[in-house]
Amino acid sequence: MSSRTFEEHPHPTADTPGDDLVVAGVSKRFGGVPALSDVSLTIEPGKVHALIGENGAGKSTLGKIVCGVIEPDEGGLTLGGQTLVLRSPREALAHGIIAIAQELTIVPGLTVAENVYLGSEVATAGFVRRRESRRRFRKLAHRVGFDLSPDVPVGRLSIADQQKVEIMRALSRNASIVVMDEPSAALSRSETAALHEIIRSLTRRGSAVVLISHFLSEVLSLSDTITTLRDGRLVRTVEAEGATEESLIEGMLGRSLSSAFPEKVLADPDAPVVLEVDHVSAPGVTDCSFVLRRGEILGIAGLVGAGRSELARAIFRDAKVSAGTVRLGGAELAGHHPRRSIYRGLVLIPESRKQMGLMMGRSVKENISLSRLDLVSRVGWIAGIRERRAVSGVMKRTTVKAANMRMPAMMLSGGNQQKLLFARSMMCSPSVLIADEPTRGVDVGSKRAIYELLAQMAQDGMGIIMISSELEEILGLAHRTLVMSHGHFTAELAGDEMNEQAVLAAAFAETNAT
Amino acid sequence: MTNQTPEQIDSLDSGDRERLGLRVGTATLLRSWRTAGIAIPFLILFVALSISSSPFLHTTNLINILDQQASTLCIAAAGTLVLVAGGIDLSVGATYGLATVVAGEIAAHHSPVLAIVAAIAVGLLVGLVNGLIVTVFKINALICTLAMSFVIGGLALKVSGGNLIVLSANSGFYRFANAQFLTVPSAVWMTLLFVVVLGLLLSRTTFGRYMVASGGNAEAARLAGVRVNRIRVITFTLSGGAAALGGVIDISRLLSAQAASGGSALAFTVLAGIVVGGTSIAGGEGSVWRTGIGVLFIALIGNGSNLLGINPLYQQIVLGIILLIAVGLDSWARQRRL
Repeated sequence: MSSRTFEEHPHPTADTPGDDLVVAGVSKRFGGVPALSDVSLTIEPGKVHALIGENGAGKSTLGKIVCGVIEPDEGGLTLGGQTLVLRSPREALAHGIIAIAQELTIVPGLTVAENVYLGSEVATAGFVRRRESRRRFRKLAHRVGFDLSPDVPVGRLSIADQQKVEIMRALSRNASIVVMDEPSAALSRSETAALHEIIRSLTRRGSAVVLISHFLSEVLSLSDTITTLRDGRLVRTVEAEGATEESLIEGMLGRSLSSAFPEKVLADPDAPVVLEVDHVSAPGVTDCSFVLRRGEILGIAGLVGAGRSELARAIFRDAKVSAGTVRLGGAELAGHHPRRSIYRGLVLIPESRKQMGLMMGRSVKENISLSRLDLVSRVGWIAGIRERRAVSGVMKRTTVKAANMRMPAMMLSGGNQQKLLFARSMMCSPSVLIADEPTRGVDVGSKRAIYELLAQMAQDGMGIIMISSELEEILGLAHRTLVMSHGHFTAELAGDEMNEQAVLAAAFAETNAT
Repeated sequence: MTNQTPEQIDSLDSGDRERLGLRVGTATLLRSWRTAGIAIPFLILFVALSISSSPFLHTTNLINILDQQASTLCIAAAGTLVLVAGGIDLSVGATYGLATVVAGEIAAHHSPVLAIVAAIAVGLLVGLVNGLIVTVFKINALICTLAMSFVIGGLALKVSGGNLIVLSANSGFYRFANAQFLTVPSAVWMTLLFVVVLGLLLSRTTFGRYMVASGGNAEAARLAGVRVNRIRVITFTLSGGAAALGGVIDISRLLSAQAASGGSALAFTVLAGIVVGGTSIAGGEGSVWRTGIGVLFIALIGNGSNLLGINPLYQQIVLGIILLIAVGLDSWARQRRL
């Protein structure tokens, strides 16, 4: 393996422009189901080549083949005309191909620097030279513009910072081709900008970047070439210049999406108040007040770490509330367990469906009915038929697609897993729904379905609080928007004042002052 | 359950298909291990023993096995619930010992009913304390119950004064586990009832679902409105009660009690039975009836090698290997799921 590193060779590939990586006629099947069929493309040095498509279109599979995680069934790779057989990520690394994975591969107990140099430690006779590796780390951090302390255990960092560690690890090796699978999914806006700068500097040095992303604006602004995949087939490869979001979406879906968001049906301004949050303070939240009316979709925007999820959990009575009151339907919501809130008609769809939402190994049915088993049981005895009927009812209403309700949740796509949580919420027939990042890691088609679901639930008389880091989502869906920064609200926007500029200004408020 | 027809696969969206393709093979294998799992090796062993040893298939021998395993079966059934809900209980051996001496001391001087009730109450109390320590003070269940087993062992010695308690065969206490009904002793009937009730509790009730959810993903369960801590406390309490019930059954069968009976050996035998039955040590997955088969499977290995005159040291080696296979399959299956 190469022992040269990014920081030792600031221009590792500048004078030796890399070779074209050609993917020729690659096919891959999993258990008889084709994931990729006859895909061919050329990755050129010094360019950003984006792969786009819905979840399951095969872009991650293609990315994994390029970086040696999986081997193709048919077809193969050539690098500069030489046939390339990659049996492991290690072999890919030897050819300068590096992956930044969708799922993080950090060791929580090790420090930032230890993680960055994991597997390529700066060592003499087996002893790690800590001072030297810290020095190199600082240099690297300075170069990429990440502000991370080398000695903090990675487990204590936020997801976004953990991702930075992952990116730095890849950069610390000498990469000529970097495969990035959804690198900005967990990053805030400013961090994303930093990432984009890194990607640009990589290509300036002659490296090729394969960018797999759901964010079309990111794809359009960064890429030179865009390849669209659908159902494992290559739809087309185009130059980024001249492509538009509409044309890309059309390619991904095989149909055009007339508008990304359902039409807003504003709630009656005199509709009864369903939720009243009065001067609530909790860990990460200071003195927040607002009201939510029946049928209203209230967006809560802000940067990652602004206290949005903390506020949601405080309202849900899952976090200790140090001051203030929450009134649901006029009556105070007390108690210290989510169960009370759920039975009173307040449900939460948490931000991370894998960690906080679903029991991945359990069936669709068990996941959906869990919150309100009392509705389908008598003195604790579950009535099988009643449960199946109730579950299939809410599955239909939330358009969950599953072969049957005994399937484990882990077998569903991200979009369908998210819909499971909506189905569970719907079974509670709540008056208020808090949806925290309802479309994170969800493909374009499912996003649209979830937007429609939220709009429909609001029209049916629910009050909805939607927390989202995607600005378009807030602007496209919310009737009114509260912007959070540093634990409190910095703006309330409605109607015409609700635009990108205003939301961003409020989200960054005080960030520079403190 | 995952035998999907091609049409069904086609009806899924593309994301499902990619994931399905990856996992359908391993998932089917895993599913069949978890549902049939230990039943198949158990049947093979049963048939093999029936052929190779003529005394094996006698009713007396079979009832004997069940009678001897009564206490282990009860404790393992409740232990399954603890594991499913995401805990582990290593203190059952000590609780068993404490229950036998409490029951013995009281039965020697007072009414047998009082002895039984008091012993089980003590067991429930121990379980309750275990559960509260684990949930309220957030101490790792393995360490908590290990530490508690020393405390309980000491208490048991205090109660018995370190003596062996011997009861007379005439006492009403003897009839508790030895009354015959349809030529089967009451110990077996009680065990059967207990195992069936706990089995239904886990598989058919809301409480069972809550246990599975708590062990499967505690954070998600809590946010979905499951009182995870309460559920776990109840499973520990049941486990303590079951350990005491096992102790009372055994002292009634054997008419002697000693603080050190049970101990860590019993705790590990119980755990072995549960794990061989395919219940996940990581929680969120498991079944009581398979635990029953697992316990009996281990018992058959012992019984069979006795009948066939095989050196007991091979029993232990075989048991160890079977345990490794069972745990290996479980962790392999969990890796696939991530």
